[in-house]
Amino acid sequence: MTSTVRTYLGRLLPQLIALAIIIAAISIIFPGFLNLQIQNGRLYGSLIDILNRGAPVVLLAIGMTVVIATKGIDLSVGAVMAICGAVSASLITSGHSLAETLLVTLAVGVLCGVWNGILVAVLDIQPIIATLVLMVAGRGIAQLITEGAILTFNDPGLIFIGSGSFLGLPMPVVIWLVFGILVALVVRQTALGMLVEAVGVNREASTLSGVFTPVLLIAAYVLSGLCAAIAGVIAAADIKGADANNAGLWLELDAILAVVVGGTSLLGGRFSIAASVLGAIIIQAINTGILLSGFPPEFNLIIKAAIIVFILVLQSPRFRAVFTFVSMPRAAGRPTEREAK
Amino acid sequence: MKFVKALASATILAACTFGSASAADLVVGFSQIGSESGWRAAETTLTKQQAEQRGIDLKFADAQQKQENQIKAIRSFIAQGVNAILLAPVVATGWDEVLQEAKDAEIPVILLDRTVDAPKELYLTAVTSDLVHEGNVAGKWLVDTVAGKSCNVVELQGTTGSSPAIDRKKGFEAALAGKDNLKIVRSQTGDFTRTKGKEVMESFLKAEDGGKNICALYAHNDDMAVGAIQAIKEAGLKPGKDILVVSIDAVPDIFQAMAAGEANATVELTPNMAGPAFDVLATYLKDGKEPAKWIQTESKLYTQADDPMKVYEEKKGLGY
Repeated sequence: MTSTVRTYLGRLLPQLIALAIIIAAISIIFPGFLNLQIQNGRLYGSLIDILNRGAPVVLLAIGMTVVIATKGIDLSVGAVMAICGAVSASLITSGHSLAETLLVTLAVGVLCGVWNGILVAVLDIQPIIATLVLMVAGRGIAQLITEGAILTFNDPGLIFIGSGSFLGLPMPVVIWLVFGILVALVVRQTALGMLVEAVGVNREASTLSGVFTPVLLIAAYVLSGLCAAIAGVIAAADIKGADANNAGLWLELDAILAVVVGGTSLLGGRFSIAASVLGAIIIQAINTGILLSGFPPEFNLIIKAAIIVFILVLQSPRFRAVFTFVSMPRAAGRPTEREAK
Repeated sequence: MKFVKALASATILAACTFGSASAADLVVGFSQIGSESGWRAAETTLTKQQAEQRGIDLKFADAQQKQENQIKAIRSFIAQGVNAILLAPVVATGWDEVLQEAKDAEIPVILLDRTVDAPKELYLTAVTSDLVHEGNVAGKWLVDTVAGKSCNVVELQGTTGSSPAIDRKKGFEAALAGKDNLKIVRSQTGDFTRTKGKEVMESFLKAEDGGKNICALYAHNDDMAVGAIQAIKEAGLKPGKDILVVSIDAVPDIFQAMAAGEANATVELTPNMAGPAFDVLATYLKDGKEPAKWIQTESKLYTQADDPMKVYEEKKGLGY
């Protein structure tokens, strides 16, 4: 058991170090960063902001990880967020109950996933092209639903999802924590995760060895669509309105970045949901840090890019090889491999 | 015979010119950018309304954010022989050729809301708002409202590098220049969206002693202000009282906030660009008098004293 925990921590070590460095750096620039207090019965502080603001990207990253593990990619998640936000806002404003609204919204997300999955698994279209279709069309669909305007609503139940709190934590944080643990358990406590990895490494070989790949692939995209639906509801509930033009805009790229920062290869195969979640939190920590630092906005993207390049370089096997080589103790007379044999 | 023919054709021509001068049977083509924002949708609605009021036959073409669609639309308007063309250009460059074609066909073109990089003689006039002036009106309101008291201002900028962000910042700063009691302590971009407005405001509140250090918020558009108002409320402060809120655009939702006492003032970017355009067009077609090359729309200031709920009801149906 201890060894399992140790391998698990070992896998997450680079991300944890990166996050620690970023948090340390921000608290040097902005001393009040680590302050936490209870306000109106909920935790309040910049660290909570990071977890809360990071919610959409964390959720997208959870789905994206599984899709990427199948050697796919889902570019449509930002647009699906916009669609689902629009659907939930228009349903709640037209007088449907909260339960109906959420159910239909999640179903729409699943439907988007099924569409992507069928294009990829059945019609065998390359994932980047297949999901590009919905990425482009989705925002238009969302605009059709909201008629181009920001659809505002006042339903306390729906708003609670965006800005309520549970056990002192903001609802979005609770949602992604529970959902993330649930998905991680499902894929890791069953053979599902391994099968996904198998499909990602070699789809043909897995099919030949009895894995029913089309269903598995569709399921991966459905999960991604579902994640996007939840993220879309949170984003809409947060501002009490569905903004079809801007909800989830470019977040597909942040989600992919989170997966990459989390160390999952874009070539498919091994994946870690926890690492991707950490990756998303790292990205949000950078964003929040930049906002707190008080630099002029012209620097935002440059700083973000520089930090991310730094993290990726730290993770790259070649850099690690060079680093290990440099830091290797140069003990004289140490036997080389051949001599040892 | 020849003379009679010429006379007849001249009479017909005169009749035609006379006919087109009365607004009743004017045909005007309108090439709109698309409907990327609520404001744009309201502009479309108002243009159609204005045309209907004046009995103008408006031919509407939605370009869906593509210049080639706009150029196609203008060529088709020219082919249909419209009396005038309204153009809300999606980009600034690349219009010379098609504007020349319109000029050759003697169809006046009026630019709405944005200008183009083309020789001035190629279009009749441009009806736009002065972005610097808008920022200035907002700044003046704040200067007058705090009346000499010391006040720390936080600013939510528009998308970095966009002309509304640059100009609205410039105008606001100009209004604050020389007023030592007012200081902009934080300024960040909120990308003109509610989500980012809320997120950035949250960080402003944390950075400025839980918001106790902030006396006013200036947002480059209402949507960011609406997001920021929610952040202020969630931090346990009263927007509109603890922190003054002034923004630009005058979209319906900010009037709701003003009615609730959560926002203080907004400067209108009027979506009625077509009204002034039709006015100058009528004068031009009647007297042939060229208008000024730039017609500035009014940047009206609305405060809580202006019956915000009434304005909200008026604006709600415009498609914002």
